[in-house]
Amino acid sequence: MAANSHGKTNGSTRWVGTRPVRPDGVDKVTGRARFGADVHLPNMLVGKVLRSPHAHARIRSIDTSAALALPGVKTVVTRDDFNDLPSEFVPAGEMLVNYRDVVRNVMAREKALFEGHPVAAVAAVSEKVAREALALIKVDYEVLPHVLDVVEAMAPDAPLLHEDMITAGVDPAPTTPSNVAKVVEFKIGDVEAGFAEADIVIEREFSTQPVHQGYIEPHSCIANYSEDGQAELWCTTQGHFVVRGHCAKLLGMDVSKLRVTASEIGGGFGGKTVVYLEPVALMLSRKSGQPVKMTMTREEVFQASGPAAGTRVWAKVGMTNEGRITAGEAVLKYQAGAFQGSPVQPGCMCAFAPYDLAHVKVVGYDVVVNRPKVAAYRAPGAPQSEFAVESIIDELAKRIGMDPVELRLKNAAKEGTKAAYGPTFGPVGLVETLEEAKAHDHYRAPLKPGQGRGVASGFWFNIGGETCATLNLGEDGTIALVAGTPDIGGSRASLCLQAAETLGVDVERIRPLIGDTSTLGYTFLTGGSRTAFASGMAVVEAARDMIRQLCERAAKIWDIPAEAVEWIDGEARPAGSNAGEFEPLSLADLARLAGKSGGPFVGRAQINAQGAGPSFGTHIVDVDVDRETGRVTIERYTVIQDAGKAVHPSYVEGQLQGGAVQGIGWALNEEYIYDDKGRLQNPGFLDYRIPVCSDVPMIDTVIVEVPNPTHPYGVRGVGETPIVPPMAAIANAVDSALGLRFTDLPMSPPRVLKALGDARVPEAA
Amino acid sequence: MARVVFIGNFRRLAGGDTEAEIAASNVRDLLRRLGERYPALAPHLDEGIALAIDGEIHQDALFSPVRPDSEVCLMPKIAGG
Repeated sequence: MAANSHGKTNGSTRWVGTRPVRPDGVDKVTGRARFGADVHLPNMLVGKVLRSPHAHARIRSIDTSAALALPGVKTVVTRDDFNDLPSEFVPAGEMLVNYRDVVRNVMAREKALFEGHPVAAVAAVSEKVAREALALIKVDYEVLPHVLDVVEAMAPDAPLLHEDMITAGVDPAPTTPSNVAKVVEFKIGDVEAGFAEADIVIEREFSTQPVHQGYIEPHSCIANYSEDGQAELWCTTQGHFVVRGHCAKLLGMDVSKLRVTASEIGGGFGGKTVVYLEPVALMLSRKSGQPVKMTMTREEVFQASGPAAGTRVWAKVGMTNEGRITAGEAVLKYQAGAFQGSPVQPGCMCAFAPYDLAHVKVVGYDVVVNRPKVAAYRAPGAPQSEFAVESIIDELAKRIGMDPVELRLKNAAKEGTKAAYGPTFGPVGLVETLEEAKAHDHYRAPLKPGQGRGVASGFWFNIGGETCATLNLGEDGTIALVAGTPDIGGSRASLCLQAAETLGVDVERIRPLIGDTSTLGYTFLTGGSRTAFASGMAVVEAARDMIRQLCERAAKIWDIPAEAVEWIDGEARPAGSNAGEFEPLSLADLARLAGKSGGPFVGRAQINAQGAGPSFGTHIVDVDVDRETGRVTIERYTVIQDAGKAVHPSYVEGQLQGGAVQGIGWALNEEYIYDDKGRLQNPGFLDYRIPVCSDVPMIDTVIVEVPNPTHPYGVRGVGETPIVPPMAAIANAVDSALGLRFTDLPMSPPRVLKALGDARVPEAA
Repeated sequence: MARVVFIGNFRRLAGGDTEAEIAASNVRDLLRRLGERYPALAPHLDEGIALAIDGEIHQDALFSPVRPDSEVCLMPKIAGG
């Protein structure tokens, strides 16, 4: 690679786009990697949480005296230990949060709002003693009627979760409370005029179930609060700076007194962007004066950590006989869980984003129900709304006998399209993914009798945000790269490649680590598909900062002006013969001379990355439906997505495959089963069935690269978009196989069997 | 002057206007002038918003430049998983 003194590439790359072995790989396969529950401290206590057995109940009183009297119990915390916080929306972490709700989600105050809602917590010398203590805590509940379904929760006579909740976004403001926290509306053009232009109009109602992110590693943390008011916290999280902010607020601490270290993470997918155990562990440690470790059981993970929102979506699309979409309209009702803040807003914005439409109207409702508060899950809000729209698009294509890829191409958003959510797209790659789909041998391969093929496209915005990075040059010329974004998808490899590319050094000479909250400036969490983009930009900036220092030092050594030095292929060289004749100084040379020539080299960057490139993808799936059992088998699956630039293609492929597999689970099996008392009946992986290897074929991937002009190497985020198309793609394939349109997820064997029976579908010839 | 596009609930807060012409050199100026012109919008401009400037999303970026011919779309802040 040729790099100039600013570290910019000339178009070709030496490291970006290659596939080195991941730097964290050996530790993970040998068991050395330390995950959330892998840390132990001297005198450590075990913390356990007492959770509400009721979906909705007023908490009259809590008596902890018997628990405190149990030998081995060091302390107990309840709502009385946490200061109430006023209703205040602040931009903290992933989205706006209301600390009034955060403190209540962490520990119930007036009411328990879902089964599993924390009511008290104990720190004891062992887990056994802690569990015994939980059984001794007496909670006097007034059980209240509950509501789980989003439509039922919107009814005027529904049980109210929050007696003071007045719907926002409505003029005039309602005078009575309801479970509808907010109404949002997105509108361009005139949908009535658009539908008047249509020859065909299809409208349908869809439903999706809440689904869990399904990370294998449960929530876990260890807190160590010292006598001088400082504390350390080790936890599994997608954003330790965000954890620090939330915990400091809930415990009334200065952020500088709380040092948070992110462990290795065994999956997050958006679900580890909020706090559950962490403030409780800190409070237990503060009260007991000892370190406290807390780890959720799988049952607790399902009962009390955020799923993706369950939804009810009505959608309507109009089209001409020639295949021009004239208008789209949708009404989205999203479960928020026990506290407001469902992703209905991005759901509204994404619903019609893949299309170039003049007339769109989407209305969204954010609705509280007696379930755990939803958390982000890959492209939060988008899979549900795009499932509805992409299903209708397929139906329209079938209605006029047009190839579904051709129909999408005819209406696809492209550079210059005014997006259905407002702005005008810059360079985007939807058309390229559709062209790749059309040309892919999967799309042309013959199907066996009874099988069906489906396609769907998907969209996600991607984001940037506040990000810091540091490069420390060692005395032997190797480099320690410090980033603040926990590595959940291979970002350490990606960041090393971008640093190596910019510096012009071998990637093996760069060793990455994730710094704790005291080693770097504030860095937003890993989420929104931002890490390869935003931390990548920060690392490139830090590398450029180091190159500037290295060139200045070489100039000093050579006694020539700094402008007369350039950085090429990992070494300082005189910029032309006029600068003088000097042997190049490599990174190792300059590192060796650092002490005597002015001190160590540290490249730093602190940025607020802007200009994330939106990402589009198109999926092709073949299914086979067993008419005896109703089981849908995924026979073949291909993901095609625009990555801008795939820094480490293997990781990009992994993201595409992972998103597709999670979408397959969402489409075919995953759902929460509650009894009539609002108690979860399937809080475990045996009964809540995520796909396993034997359920899916090898997921084929095609990476399209339409560079994002904002990023030095053209990177777009890739982690969110691949979960958007699978539900519609599979429903479209099932419809192709059976002639049955499924509008309710999951398409599980009992549902498929029932639909087959209802429709009396004849055996395929 | 930059052309500001209101979508979603921002349109309601802007009195139903779909667009506005605003003279501003950066995001901070633009938000200040929007707040002056649309008082109902003002309380919402310092929290939870993103701006798409010529199609490029900017969040928490007061000093991002705005060109005289820019299209600026007010959007809810975007996050992700």
